Amino acid sequence: MRFMVIVKADARSEAGEMPSERLLTEMGKYNEELVRAGVMLAGEGLHPSSKGARVRFSGTRRTVVDGPFPETKELVAGFWLIQVKSKEEAIEWVKRIPNPDGADTEVEIRQVFEAEDFGPELTSEAREQEQRLRAELASR
Amino acid sequence: MTAPDIHRTIDAVWRIESAKLIAGLTRVVRDVGMAEDLAQDALLAALEQWPKSGVPDNPGAWLMAIGKRRAIDLMRRGPMMDRKHAEIGHELESKQESPEPELAEALDDQVGDDLLRLVFIACHPVLSTEARVALTLRLLGGLTTDEIARAFLVAESTIAQRIVRAKRTLSDKKVPFEVPRGAELASRVSSVLEVIYLIFNEGYSATSGEDWVRPNLCQEALRLGRIVAELAPNEPEVHGLVALMEIQASRLRARVGPSGEPIVLLDQNRAKWDYVLIQRGLAALERAGSLGGALGPFALQAAIAACHARARAAEATDWVRIASLYQALAEVTPSPIVELNRAVAVSMAYGPATGLEIVDALTSEPSLASYHLLPSVRGDFLRKLGRFDEARAELERAASLTRNARERELLLDRARNCAESADLTRAQRAG
Repeated sequence: MRFMVIVKADARSEAGEMPSERLLTEMGKYNEELVRAGVMLAGEGLHPSSKGARVRFSGTRRTVVDGPFPETKELVAGFWLIQVKSKEEAIEWVKRIPNPDGADTEVEIRQVFEAEDFGPELTSEAREQEQRLRAELASR
Repeated sequence: MTAPDIHRTIDAVWRIESAKLIAGLTRVVRDVGMAEDLAQDALLAALEQWPKSGVPDNPGAWLMAIGKRRAIDLMRRGPMMDRKHAEIGHELESKQESPEPELAEALDDQVGDDLLRLVFIACHPVLSTEARVALTLRLLGGLTTDEIARAFLVAESTIAQRIVRAKRTLSDKKVPFEVPRGAELASRVSSVLEVIYLIFNEGYSATSGEDWVRPNLCQEALRLGRIVAELAPNEPEVHGLVALMEIQASRLRARVGPSGEPIVLLDQNRAKWDYVLIQRGLAALERAGSLGGALGPFALQAAIAACHARARAAEATDWVRIASLYQALAEVTPSPIVELNRAVAVSMAYGPATGLEIVDALTSEPSLASYHLLPSVRGDFLRKLGRFDEARAELERAASLTRNARERELLLDRARNCAESADLTRAQRAG
C-alpha cells in the first residue's frame, strides 16, 4: 500500500528560509535510506505559500486567491510518497525522519486509494463511462 | 499501545531491519542459516520484551545487539568450539565493548556490502530456482514461510523444507559470503535478476480476487529490484529489470476488467496507468542506458514497454521503434517467441504482408507447434490481407489449441467474422 507522508509548514519554511545545512545533510541521508530500502516512490519540497495560489469554487464561480495563506501549521511544505506493507511500516519510517534543529512540528501520514479500494460497482461505472467515451470518439 | 498494535509494529520493524540484520550476522558467523536463526532469536526477544518496555529508539541496533550476544553464547557453548569460531567469538566480544555510536557507524559502512553478499548467496546457482526464490523472499523480503507458501499456492511445510534444505546446501558446499568478481559476476547477476523477475511474474499472472499475497508479489519484486539497483548501481541490467517491472506494474490496474477479464495492452484505458511508476520506469531505463554498452535483454524489453508507456493513445504507438527493438532483442536472446512478437510489431509498422513473411518462417518451428498464438497472429495477418478463408482456418486452429475458454470464444468469433467476410467477397465477385 501507498502512503503520502505530509510535512507541515512552519514560520521558517513560510518565510522562504532554506533549511540548515545540518538538516539538508541529514535529510539527504534519510532519503538515501528510503531509496535503498526500495520504499520511496517520490518526494518533493514545496516553495512557501506566498508563491502559490488557491482557486476557490462556489457553484459555477471560480475565484483565484494568491498566497501567502494564514494558518501556517495547516499548510503543506513537502511530501513523500512511499510504498510499504502496512500503516505501521509507514509510521516506523516516519519516526526516523531527522529533526536536528529540534523543530516542533507534525508529519501526517495518509493512505493513498488503490483500485481495490473502489467497490466493483464504481469500477463498472467508470468502465461504462470509458466505453461511452470510446463510442463517441469512434463515431467522430 | 495494545498487544496487537505492538505486534504490528514489530512486524514493521522486522520488515525494515531483517535483511540488514541477517546480512550483518552472516558476516560475523559466516553461515547464513545460523545467522537467520540468530535473527529469529532476536525477533523472539523483541516480541517478548517490547510489549513491556516499548519499542527502543534504534530498533535495528537493538536487534543486532541481541543477535550478536546470542552468537557469542552459541560459539562458547556450541559443540563446534573450534579455533575459527573461538576467534569470531573473541572478535565479537571486543566489538561489544566499544561504545555504541562507534559500533553503529562501523556497521553502517558494512551494511550495503553485507546486503549485496546476502543477495548473491540467496540466489546462488548451487540452489534450485525454487529454493532461490523462497530464500530470497525469506532472507531479503522478510516474508514469513506462511506468506511465501500462500503466494506460491503450496503447503507451508513444503516451503519450510525448501528453505531448510537450501540453507544446508549453502553450508555443506561452503558457499562463501562474498560478492563475486570478474567473469563470474555477470552470470551471478543474471541469476539474481532472474529470481526477482520470476517473483514479479508470479504476482503479475495472479490478477485479483485471490489471496492478497499473490498480487503483492509484484510489489515485493519491485522492492527487491530497487534495493539491488542501489546495491549494484553499475550493473545496467539491474536498472533494465527495474525499468521493466516499474512499467509493467504501472498497468496493473488497467489490465483487468470489472468482471476479471484480461484487457490487452492496446485496449487498456491509459488514464488508469500509474504515471508515478511510468516515470520511475523511464528514469531507470535512462540509468541503464547511461552506463554505456549495448542494452541487455531486460533493458530492451523495458525499452519496448517504454514505447507503449510514452504513447498517449494506442494509435500513437511508435511501432517502427518497437520493431527495431525486437530486432535487437532477437539478436541478444534469439527465440521463436521474440520472433513472433517482432512479427506483430513489424506488421503494425510496415503492414501485414511484411509481418506474414516472418510468421511463415516460424510455422516449421517445433517449439511453437502447439502454441495457439502463432496461428492466431498468422490468422490476423491473413484477415488484414483479405485472405479470409485461410484466416478462418488459422483462427479455428488457434481456438482448438488454447486452453482458455474465454480466449477460445474470442478466436471462434473472429473465425466466424472471417467466414462472413469470405462469403461477402464471393458474393461481390459473383455480382
